[in-house]
Amino acid sequence: MSTAAVASVPTWRRPGRLVASLAVLVVWSLLYLVLRGRDTLPLGETETTPLHQSFNHLSDSIASNRNSSPLFVYFFNYLQIWMTQFVTFVQSLISQPGFGRPAPLIGWLGVLALGGFLAWLLAGWRSAVLAVLGFAFIGWQGLWTEAMDTLALTLAAVLIAVVIGIPIGIWIGLSRKAARVITPILDFMQIMPTFVYLAPLTLLFLIGPASSTIAVLIYSIPPVIRITGHAIRSVPESTTEASDSLGATRWQTLTQVMLPMAKRTIVMGINQTTMAALSMVTIAALISAPGLGQTVLQALTTLDVGTAFNGGLAIVIMAIVLDRTTTAAGEGTERTFEHGLPPRLRWGVAGLGAIVTAVLVWESATFWWANTFPTGHSIGPSIVSGVASASTWIQDTFSGVTNVLKNLISGGLLDPLQTLLTESPFWLVIIALTALAAILGGRWAALSTVVCLLIVVGLNLWQNSMETLAATLIATVLTMVFAIVIGVAMGRSRRVDRIVRPTLDAGQVMPAFVYLVPFLVLFGASRFTAIVSAMVYAVPPAAKVIADGIRGVSESTVEAATSAGASTWQIIHQVQLPMASRALALATNQGLIYVLAMVVVGGMVGAGGLGYQVVNGFVQDRFIGKGLAAGLAIVLLGLMLDRISQAVASRVDPSGAR
Amino acid sequence: MTAHAASPDAMVSVRNLWKVFGPKAAEVPKSPQLQQLSRRELMDQAGCTAAVRDATFDVSRGEVFVIMGLSGSGKSTLIRLLTRLIEPTAGQLLLEGDDLMTRDTKAMRDLRRSKVSMVFQHFGLLPHRRVVDNVSYGLEIRGVDKATRTRRAMEVIELVGLSGYERSFPHQLSGGMQQRVGLARALAGDPDMLLFDEPFSALDPLIRRDMQAEVIRLHKEMGKTMIFVTHDLSEALKLGDRILIMRDGAMVQTGTGDQLVGAPADEYVRNFVQDVPRSHVLTLRWVARPERLGEEVADLTLPADTIIRDAIRCVISAGRPVRVVDGGSGGAGGSGGKVLGVVGEDEILTSIAGLEDE
Ligand SMILES: Nc1ncnc2c1ncn2[C@@H]1O[C@H](COP(=O)(O)OP(=O)(O)OP(=O)(O)O)[C@@H](O)[C@H]1O
Ligand SMILES: [Mg+2]
Repeated sequence: MSTAAVASVPTWRRPGRLVASLAVLVVWSLLYLVLRGRDTLPLGETETTPLHQSFNHLSDSIASNRNSSPLFVYFFNYLQIWMTQFVTFVQSLISQPGFGRPAPLIGWLGVLALGGFLAWLLAGWRSAVLAVLGFAFIGWQGLWTEAMDTLALTLAAVLIAVVIGIPIGIWIGLSRKAARVITPILDFMQIMPTFVYLAPLTLLFLIGPASSTIAVLIYSIPPVIRITGHAIRSVPESTTEASDSLGATRWQTLTQVMLPMAKRTIVMGINQTTMAALSMVTIAALISAPGLGQTVLQALTTLDVGTAFNGGLAIVIMAIVLDRTTTAAGEGTERTFEHGLPPRLRWGVAGLGAIVTAVLVWESATFWWANTFPTGHSIGPSIVSGVASASTWIQDTFSGVTNVLKNLISGGLLDPLQTLLTESPFWLVIIALTALAAILGGRWAALSTVVCLLIVVGLNLWQNSMETLAATLIATVLTMVFAIVIGVAMGRSRRVDRIVRPTLDAGQVMPAFVYLVPFLVLFGASRFTAIVSAMVYAVPPAAKVIADGIRGVSESTVEAATSAGASTWQIIHQVQLPMASRALALATNQGLIYVLAMVVVGGMVGAGGLGYQVVNGFVQDRFIGKGLAAGLAIVLLGLMLDRISQAVASRVDPSGAR
Repeated sequence: MTAHAASPDAMVSVRNLWKVFGPKAAEVPKSPQLQQLSRRELMDQAGCTAAVRDATFDVSRGEVFVIMGLSGSGKSTLIRLLTRLIEPTAGQLLLEGDDLMTRDTKAMRDLRRSKVSMVFQHFGLLPHRRVVDNVSYGLEIRGVDKATRTRRAMEVIELVGLSGYERSFPHQLSGGMQQRVGLARALAGDPDMLLFDEPFSALDPLIRRDMQAEVIRLHKEMGKTMIFVTHDLSEALKLGDRILIMRDGAMVQTGTGDQLVGAPADEYVRNFVQDVPRSHVLTLRWVARPERLGEEVADLTLPADTIIRDAIRCVISAGRPVRVVDGGSGGAGGSGGKVLGVVGEDEILTSIAGLEDE
């Protein structure tokens, strides 16, 4: 049996393909030696082309049409006004002056009380304590107002996402047709690197709360829709059928059977949406969204690692609080109807809590001391200076080690690939990549590749695109190495899984920005920093997919191989990995998408490439057009990588997974 | 094919009922050529599955009617067609003489709310509701007020022997108890007819026997019409007044238990019933032979409807063949009824050994 399993080597691992791919690489390298430096389509950092300028004009003309074009007058502008009003309203509750008052309606004391009370009500006392301590600590860091801005933006977006997303989720859960139409849209919303749609949104909705909220919605609404749909679909048919057989209307079955049974899962969807929203709210700092993201962003651009760390820490704390509370709330939905206090007592305690909370909220609205977080004993400054000097010390002391690492990766891996991509004639690169796509992914992958790359050429950002591609590919290879090691360990041992998985989960909820900070502290601003943070960002999802794939290899096959006398290593690389090859391919796909998103963000800390051009577009008006073009190029690279890796994944013999 | 008229006292009358799944479903019942095709051919040529083909039968009021067949033979589909939980492709469906096919959705809903309830193989309980709220769910969706429906729910919970568990959640109960909840839920609306789709196949044998006894008891007490799907022949024989055997969507044979065992219509039915101890099902009618000339017979008679098993002691102790009479009350001296023949030790023993066929 084990031999049969090993014999079914999936198509993409067939030696033929491997040899062909290697041959392409060799021919490419040889031609590179001959043709080096020709047709490389260079463009200086501060240069723009007519195309970029026409993008600039486009953005000007959109701006001048804002008050005349009916699309704007009747749609975008209204949307913008409503969003702005809503977000401003939420902000004036907790973070900004409003309602004609010089300070937010609810001050720190009120927020702590309200946060604690709600967390207790929804998720239990542990979450309540965590919420109060977490927020208090952020205040102590001297970042209260920033944190409240972030919280306000996040809550506003989550509220909108839930109100829109749950009905859509129910719809796709009930109707296959709806699911077929909407799922690809959600896919697209999720694979687009977050960086990319910020600029176009500001063209439509101006810089301000509206465009940041919409950007946040684009990124964060897919999980709640998907998971709600999944939850509705997973209600056993036997139950809904029983309800039908009793003469329930569709509405009754939905509200009394499906929704209650799906509730727990839907709350998980809200959890994911909340975490995605928080992540995007911090990134929306690029288009001037206020809050902790702003703190980190400004620190990153001035390479002020201390402040970046302080802000990053606050974001992490907020992420933990929001994650724990919403997760516990999901688990709580099951619990509440069995355990806990007797109902009457619970109502009593809740009532008491409500009164206390109301009093504290009132105080915070009325007294200055309870409204503005006291700044006297802030530890913020000590964190900032402490981390700054620690960073200098680390970089000085360990420069030997880190430089070796840096040079190994940058010089040994990244540079050769980057040179090959940027110094070969562009047409050679396109031919070579298309050939590789054809060999590995087939006709359609090749077609997507050639189309995407030609458009990239047309966008006049060839060099930047190739830099980004090189960094993405190298980071993905490294990601996969780590992901396979971790994934195999998790897949083979439930104990390892139990220990590692929560860490990976926690890693995944952290906003992308935050990943840059520790590596900036360690390695300073460089391409290497971007690559390492991209890896750390992308390993968790990839490792989880691999772990599940390995676990999916049937126990009996492994048992058969073991009884045939295979060693552990043989089992891993001859049975489990080949049979989990589909999972490997999917993990690579995930890894690529995550890495690309992060490599682009790394443009801010010296990784250059397209990411840098995008950021530059936000900063200087002159480069808006170039930034837009860079955003498009990122989407195209993402599409290309996604198509190729999906094609490879779908070619993997599915029987190998059995 | 449409010769059967609906009999007036039937609870349910099914006439030429079809359910076809697939893209060209509606064409199959209309086309004599497609109708002929086997399951496989139909799939290949039209991409359709005929889950129920041309079903025609009546179920009388108060009867327990059992539908049997192998997995995939269309039992679940057929029973769901009866309340249009699955929409029939073609055919006629009458409940108490009332044409169900012409009813709109709302009228069908009303029918499900008040007249016909169903019990499912996998219970279909609501995990987030307590037993009492599960049982009263049907009343709740009808709009019955809380006090009334709780009172009613308590009554039926008691009826199915679950008193004391009203406040439990389904997952805290054993499988048998969960199915009692399912039964109670079906009974709560006081329907005229109960449908059961393999209600006990998920239960272990001992519990299954309890539940079968429970159904028999409820049927005796309330006399409701029941249609019962099972693939367990002994369950069918125990519960059913009549049994319908299906194969690949078509009806193969309908009859009482002893008719199926005594005169199976074809090889398929024969295979179905071959493991049943014949002496437990067949009546003397099936084994009586003509009286031989001058044969000495016992001085007592037995009614033809006596199960062989119950006649063993009597015949053996009589020491010679016993006359079997139709409709008579039997007993010493013999009276009334037409004599069908005699049954001796030989007949009894061969039927116990299951040797007649050989
Ligand atoms: N929704 C559907 N779509 C397509 N085919 C279906 C559908 N439901 C049932 N069928 C087919 O109809 C046939 C009869 O199915 P049904 O569930 O009625 O069988 P069954 O006798 O109840 O079997 P079991 O004993 O396994 O419950 C099967 O071949 C099944 O594949
Ligand atoms: Mg069935």
